[in-house]
Amino acid sequence: MESTNFVWDLMGRNLGGVLIVISLPLFFVLLYALIAILAELKISAWIQERLGPMRTGPWGILQPVAEVIKLLQKEDITPDQSSKLLYNLAPFIIFTGAYAAFAVIPFSEAFVPADINLGLFYVFAIGSISAMGIVMGGWASNNKYSLMGAMRSVSQLISYEIPAAMAILSVVVLASSMNMQEISRAQGGGFWNWYIFGGPGTWTKIWVVPFTFGLTIIYFIASLAETNRVPFDIPEGESELVAGFHTEYSGMKFAMFFFAEYANMFVVAAVLTTIFLGGWNSPFGDFMQGPWWGSFWFILKSFVVVLFQIWIRWTLPRFRVDQLMYVGWKVLLPLSFVCFMAISLFVMLK
Amino acid sequence: MSEKKRLDLEYSQLDSDRMRINVGPQHPSTHGVLRLEVEVDGEIVTEVVPHLGYLHRSFEKHCESMTYQQIIPYIDRMDYISAMNSEWPYVMALEKMLDIKVPEKVEYLRVIVAELNRIANHQIAVATFGLDAGAFTPFLFYFRDREFIIWILEKLSGARLLYNYFRVGGMAADIYNGFREDCLSVIEKVRKTNAEVMDLLIYNRIFIQRTANVGILTPDVAINYACSGPVLRGSGVAYDLRRNEPYSIYDRFDFDIPVGKGEVGVVGDCWNRNMVRMHEMEQSCRIIEQALEQMPMEGDVKANVPRRIKVPKSEVYMRAENPKGEVGFYVVGNGTDKPERLKARGASFVNLSVIPEISKGYMFADLILILGSIDIVLGEVDR
Amino acid sequence: MIQYFKNVWSGFSSSLVGMHITFKHLFVKKVTIQYPDQRFDLPQNARNRLKLTMSRCNGCNSCVVACPVNCILVETVRVSPDDPHQEVHDNGKPRIMWVTKYEIDFAKCCYCGLCMQACPTDAINHTTEYEYSEYDRNKLYYKFQTLTPEQVTEKERLLAEFKAKDKDKDCKTTAAKADPKPTKPDQAEK
Repeated sequence: MESTNFVWDLMGRNLGGVLIVISLPLFFVLLYALIAILAELKISAWIQERLGPMRTGPWGILQPVAEVIKLLQKEDITPDQSSKLLYNLAPFIIFTGAYAAFAVIPFSEAFVPADINLGLFYVFAIGSISAMGIVMGGWASNNKYSLMGAMRSVSQLISYEIPAAMAILSVVVLASSMNMQEISRAQGGGFWNWYIFGGPGTWTKIWVVPFTFGLTIIYFIASLAETNRVPFDIPEGESELVAGFHTEYSGMKFAMFFFAEYANMFVVAAVLTTIFLGGWNSPFGDFMQGPWWGSFWFILKSFVVVLFQIWIRWTLPRFRVDQLMYVGWKVLLPLSFVCFMAISLFVMLK
Repeated sequence: MSEKKRLDLEYSQLDSDRMRINVGPQHPSTHGVLRLEVEVDGEIVTEVVPHLGYLHRSFEKHCESMTYQQIIPYIDRMDYISAMNSEWPYVMALEKMLDIKVPEKVEYLRVIVAELNRIANHQIAVATFGLDAGAFTPFLFYFRDREFIIWILEKLSGARLLYNYFRVGGMAADIYNGFREDCLSVIEKVRKTNAEVMDLLIYNRIFIQRTANVGILTPDVAINYACSGPVLRGSGVAYDLRRNEPYSIYDRFDFDIPVGKGEVGVVGDCWNRNMVRMHEMEQSCRIIEQALEQMPMEGDVKANVPRRIKVPKSEVYMRAENPKGEVGFYVVGNGTDKPERLKARGASFVNLSVIPEISKGYMFADLILILGSIDIVLGEVDR
Repeated sequence: MIQYFKNVWSGFSSSLVGMHITFKHLFVKKVTIQYPDQRFDLPQNARNRLKLTMSRCNGCNSCVVACPVNCILVETVRVSPDDPHQEVHDNGKPRIMWVTKYEIDFAKCCYCGLCMQACPTDAINHTTEYEYSEYDRNKLYYKFQTLTPEQVTEKERLLAEFKAKDKDKDCKTTAAKADPKPTKPDQAEK
């Protein structure tokens, strides 16, 4: 297929086509968020030997829908002493930041909303917008817990972006491209060609595999921190900060935070899938390969990564704020530098 | 400690304002309606002032207008997590005043229910401590197991939490068929879950990082503040009333007193306090096993006691080792069926007083963990 | 340096150990009881809602005395010998007291079981019934008396008539018999 966006092929580049391209990921995000919430509820329940929601719909599958309806009905509170404009704006900014990243996610060989050359860079730049939303929400709430949560959150996001960036840079070095579609295409032909296993190449790549594998783990850990998930959920660490930066939010605005969190989880999972797990490529070479199968593989792989995030959440306790910085700056950063150097050396000598 | 000193040094060079934060009475991890007024410098706690009394029910004054029998349900509501243990010293005090000798079977039954309740209490303590650290799963593992203990106690007494099971000179009801088997199966479950939680939570590196070297309570400070129970033993002082001043029949059992050994971190930190509870569960299992073996299964569970208890003019202080620490009842009788004065020593209340002392200079998140490691129950703090 | 790598590794490996445990628990049989469909069988001695068997209650007031929260209210009227309506208790003894009022405020009840223990005739009992929540607190005020208000006034009138007749007949014996009320605590003591 020539184009990387089947909508352009079908409709042409007109207003209708643009609207469809914009709304497709949105529908996907909404549907995915419902499934992810259900998965979170069910997996947490199974790990704890419970059944989880069972009474809303068959086997409880309508529980997320019920929760969204509940949130929609709830009273929308704006604290009297808050900074109204910033307070009301923050949830939308966070959701925008999470959603804008979907513009470059290569869902399939034939569908990436915007096929730009600086895709990875764009994901990173856009990802920082949510930090702004968090600090806006936390500061504007005029609540001490929110303020502390926002402060922690921003310092955490900034510190963990560096190891994540090192991981991504290593892949950029290997693939010599920042276009996410290009990176995906480079990993075709079986799971041994994925960048988690050193990318395509002869058997001499074997000594770079530990480094790429380590980078995958480093990126995964950093992505947990970027999405404020356990064990890095101290911005909303409920045991000390009640609910962190969104303590004062209720109703639909809280739902926006909630959706943004799940959308962010998918974004980091999608980036991880694209750069390390082969993107939309089938793990078995040409078997089940193609545009439609591609989207199936891509969503499946991303969802498995999301399930990993959920699994970790219900296993580990959370870090303290200074330990979080320690892990970010003194463990992940040096290790990611080592891996980056090794990979660069490999590329140079190749 | 070096970590703390380093942080102190770094933060002392910064010029910053202090912020007062109100933690509680509605806060997810104050374990009840406790209010802490915390002054923080950034993330560092500089001052903690506990404010009590949100659950004050005037227990002691109330008792003066109630008969001795009617007081027991109120004692249940003091430390509602380990109600069986709290009832015991009160009943022992009255038995001492009235000079009643309780049957052998009752003594064994009391030991068994008290130790079962001790396990249930420590399960909650460790579980909520893990929850404070952010680990949700061990919390539900423990609650799943605690249900079996509560099930035994419910079958015995008829209630799940507020048992009202002890009577002056006996127990309210006899044991049921299959009590022994139930206890043994529960012990097995407790041990299995403990082994699992050891791997899942206690020896998890993140958990160790969070709790070791945090909230260090040195033995002399612990003794000066009259701390008792796991809080004192976590500081390395092997003081347990069951051993040091054996009441009832505790001198017949073979058990160890676990103390904080500093296996991880230093003696007296949150990790060691928590570890003492883990070990105490095992020791309670041992006591129950021995008691079940020695216990006479036949016989009545009530001594000969008049229906309306009239206590002569006398006063008695009786204390016992509760899961949370030393609980004592000072009863003054005046010849009628109501006490002249009743004073309760709540273990949580005394242990809570050490919080401002040991939480200064740690981070705000540590304060919650220190509070969790003290294991308070607000019903007993405020009474 | 070695310590640093040891720490990093122990952090990583202990997390893996934890993840292994939680993974195993994914496939364990679940313990949830789906409450309204499945129920937990309470033991027979479980202390839940109180039940009064009126045919056993002799109005002795022991439960009122025993109750630590004063949630029981009992009012009695002596059975007049002239009353055409005479009752026999479950244990075969004739009724001496009409229980004109037996009311329990379940909003106050603390389910301690002391009334059950104090009752000499086993009339008041805890049941295993626990699903009786109400939106209105007044609905938790249970009235166990079987006599209608009309019957109560009738009984009171009969007793007053009997007393008046008795008084006319012999002042001395009534004085010795005294009021019916002081007899109650004596009964309670036995």
